[in-house]
Formats: sequence, structure tokens, C-alpha cells
Amino acid sequence: MTNTLLKLEQINTHIEQFHILHNVEFEVSPGEVTVLLGRNGAGKTTTLRTIMGLNNASNGTVTFKGEDITKLPPYHIAKKGIGYVPEDQGIFYGLTVGENMRVGMRKEDDATKERMEWVLELFPDLKKFWKKPGGQLSGGQKQMLSIARSYVNENDLLLIDEPSKGLAPVIVEKVIESIEKMKEKTTVVLVEQNFYMASRLGDRFYILDDGMTVHHGDMSALREDEELKRKYLGIA
Amino acid sequence: MIKTIQKSTWIYIAVAFMLVLLPFFKDERWFLFLMIQVFTFGIFAMSYDLLLGYTGIVSFGHAMFFGLGAYSIGITLNFLESTFMNLFLGILLALVLGGIVAFFAGILTLRLKSHYYAMLTLALASLFLVLAEKWRSVTRGSDGFTFRIPELPGPLQDHRNLVVYMFCLVSMVLIFFGLRRLTESPLGKILVAIRENEGRVESLGFRIMPYKVIISVVSGVVASFAGVLYAISIRFVGTNVFGIDVTLDALLMTIIGGVGTLVGPIIGAGIIEFAHHYLSDLSDVHWIFERWIILFGIVYILAVIFFPAGIVGTLWHKLAKRKHKKQEMKQKTSDKLAS
Repeated sequence: MTNTLLKLEQINTHIEQFHILHNVEFEVSPGEVTVLLGRNGAGKTTTLRTIMGLNNASNGTVTFKGEDITKLPPYHIAKKGIGYVPEDQGIFYGLTVGENMRVGMRKEDDATKERMEWVLELFPDLKKFWKKPGGQLSGGQKQMLSIARSYVNENDLLLIDEPSKGLAPVIVEKVIESIEKMKEKTTVVLVEQNFYMASRLGDRFYILDDGMTVHHGDMSALREDEELKRKYLGIA
Repeated sequence: MIKTIQKSTWIYIAVAFMLVLLPFFKDERWFLFLMIQVFTFGIFAMSYDLLLGYTGIVSFGHAMFFGLGAYSIGITLNFLESTFMNLFLGILLALVLGGIVAFFAGILTLRLKSHYYAMLTLALASLFLVLAEKWRSVTRGSDGFTFRIPELPGPLQDHRNLVVYMFCLVSMVLIFFGLRRLTESPLGKILVAIRENEGRVESLGFRIMPYKVIISVVSGVVASFAGVLYAISIRFVGTNVFGIDVTLDALLMTIIGGVGTLVGPIIGAGIIEFAHHYLSDLSDVHWIFERWIILFGIVYILAVIFFPAGIVGTLWHKLAKRKHKKQEMKQKTSDKLAS
């Protein structure tokens, strides 16, 4: 496939003595939302962290826009155009909402300011709590801040790790709506346990099990495949 | 556009002004000397706060910069003529040496994680201590040496302690406002982010090493200047300036005053210096007061358990909570009115 934004080939990752990822492979096309599915401990977060350079791949290749980024440090990978929203949101508690947003900005050009305005329209709560410390935000607000911060830079790809985790259903709905709007502007790799959210947002899916890619395809096909959902995702 | 001056700035200016007036009401020698120590160690503790409070770096070797500053000015004025030109040269030498050593120490050690870094800085400071002890021809070893500071013109010479007091006070105030500006700048915010989560900052696209080295150099230069003031105030330099207890003092002042507040370490310096003075005086009452550091050990343990944010930190948290509650109430009222 020539039209590939991100490609993982034979990725193996060890964390200390544990072999977490075993020959993980997947591809992401521009403009799509690719969802990584799988049970707890399947290796989804480690896959995102390996792409981001936060965990080093023992072997295999991560290619982004045709360039091998496997051995690059995280700051270099981020500058290539990959934004990362971690599972724990990664908010700096000692900084206000505004400072969190500004720390996330690598440039202060017109395009960045435009994106900042757009993202603040998408999450009006952030504007309201601009001077509030990150540590005092609710779980949903933290999640919105984390997603918003990853968007202010000119990123071609966003890696979003379990954005619905620990959030009330009303807030999950808001997060889904915001990611729906963001996917019009950027490519997304989403790790999600909540199948409702995954199926609403995803165009393609990959299922990870025990650190291996065991299945992939179009999300529309997975919605209909009860056997696959039961076997790998525990959905009855 | 004229920037509005923060309310806290007016408070700090008012306190500084009161400190300017203080010697005119209480001009005893011992008191002036004690206050000079407070200002000197206040500057030193602020430099430590830059590392610990703003960047999350724990150093056990911060005394090396303090010692470098003290020895630079001492050796310069001991070997050269005691003139203002040479005094200036000694200060410049101290700042440059402090910066260079901090730069190389930073590059060598800041890649290491927490306790490994702390241990390596301790080793580096010990190296300087050994150097000061063994290079007797220059440092006079563990005996140390006294040196002369330039004579002040005219009647000022009769009020030399007052001049040193004012010089130390003005230095502390200027350094405080300078560092506050630095910590409130975008660079300062990135430092706070590094303290909270290095990995997160890296994945936002920032290489953290240069930021750590920059703050290490700033901290080293400020600590070195504190060493200069210390040496000038006592006109003597001994190997004790490289001792671990100098670093521990800074740690204690920062933690008791409030980590990551800048003004906290100054208050911490005041508490420790005054407590040191008054507790030592009580040694006639009971021998335990001769070992006042034991009492401080207990205070330190209690502070960490009950006031982990220190005096200023605890006060700020309480004020922030009150402000937050007020804002919430205001929001609720306006929501009710709107509905």
C-alpha cells in the first residue's frame, strides 16, 4: 500500500524482562480512524508508547510518512508530527489550563493560533477554566485538555489512548463528538475498550491479543461479526 | 500596554522596604550579621529551589557552587590587591566558574535518574572539598584564610556592616525578582512540566536535557554568588563551605519554607538562621541546645509529615482553595440566575 501514513512491521517490545509485543504489524492510512482493540494487557498501550518512542522496540520497524522512526527519541517523533494523548491524560497539575495548552505549543505562528481557537471552540469548558490549575479539573475536563493540547501543534497523526476511561457516559458522548470533529482534520489511532465508542469512531480496526495482531479489517465488518467480538473482546 | 503589577509584588516591595529601614531601628552588630546570613542563605536556598522545586532535581552537592564562589572571591582578594576592581573581578570569576562547573556537571550528571544524580553530585562536591584541603598553597587547606575587602570611601567605612547588609539585601531582592520572572516565563512553565512528568514533556516535542542544563547553570551561578556574599560578610574562607551540611541547610530551608515558591526558601533561611542563633544561646540551659541540629532533624521530619508543601506552600494552597470555593459559589449563583 503506497498511501500509508504509519506502518509497523514485526515490532517486538520488551519492558524489563517481559516480552510484551510479538511481531505486531499494522498500517494506518491518512484521514482514517484506526482503532486498536483487545482485552486488558493485550499490548495496546505499549504499541502506542512504542510508536511514540517511550518504549523502545527490540526489533522491527516503525515507519511514519515513509521515514523509519523506530530509534528516534520521543521529542523527535513528536516534531515529525505525531501527537500523543496518554491513558493517564498527562496533564501537568501544577500548571493552569492555559499554561498546559501553551506548554504544548511548539510554535506560536498563525496556524497554531488558528488551531488553538478552533480547539477552544470545540471545548468551551477549557476557555472557561483557563486560569484553573490542571489538578483541579474533573476527569472529563482533563481528558478534553489532553486531547485539545495534542491538537494545537501541526500533527498529521494523533495517538489517543482510552479517552473514555473512567468517564461518565455524558462526558464520553462529548469526547466522541469532539474526536468526530477532529477526524475531519487529522488521522487518528485510537486505543479503546469501550466498543460503542470504537465502533462509532473507527474506520478500520486491529485486534491485539497477547501482544500479537490477530485480526484486522473494516469496522463495519466487525460490527456484524458477533463471533469475533465474543472471542477477542468479550462482548456477548 | 502597561502591565498590571501583581498584588504579591507590592507586598514583597513593602517587605523589602521594611528590611531597608530595619538597621536604623536595630543596629547591633550581631543582628546585622545575622540578617546578612539570612540574605546570603536566602539567595543560596532560592538557587536550590530552582532545582528541587521547579525542576524536581535533588542535588546533594549544591555546596560545590557555594564553595566555588567563596573561594573565588577569597583567593582573588588574598592574592591580588584589595581594590574594588579586584572585588569586581573576584565576583565575575565566581559567576563564570560557577556557570562553567554547573554546565559540565549538568551535562555529565543530568542524564541520570533521581538518586543516581543526587549521589554523583555529592561525589563532585566531595571532590572540590578534597581539592580545597589538599591545594594548601592556594587555599591554606583546612585552616582556611582571612582576606581583606576594599576600604569604603569616607564615612561609609565606619558603617561597613550596614553597607554589606544593604548590598546583600539589594542582591537578594534583585535575584528574587529575576528568578520569579524566570519561573513565570514559558521556560519556567516547561521546567514545572519536566518536574511533573519528563516523558510527557518529551512526547510533546521538547528535548528536556537543554532545559535541565540551563536551569542547572542559572542555579549554579546564583549559588556561587551566595558563596561570594558569605565570604565577604565573614572575610574568611574555610573548607566548610564545601561541606554536605551547607547543602543540607539549603534543602532544609527550601522544604521548611516551601518548595517551588522562591519566597519560601528566604523565609526558611530566616527561620533556620534565627533558630540556630537562639538555640545555640540556650546551650547554657541544657547541653541538647549545643546539638541544635538534632532539633532541626526533628523539625524536618515533622515538616515533611505535616507540612510537605512548607510554610508558604501550605498558605498558598489554603488561599487557592478559598479562591476556588468563592469562584464555584459565584458560578453557581450566576447559573441559578441564568436559569
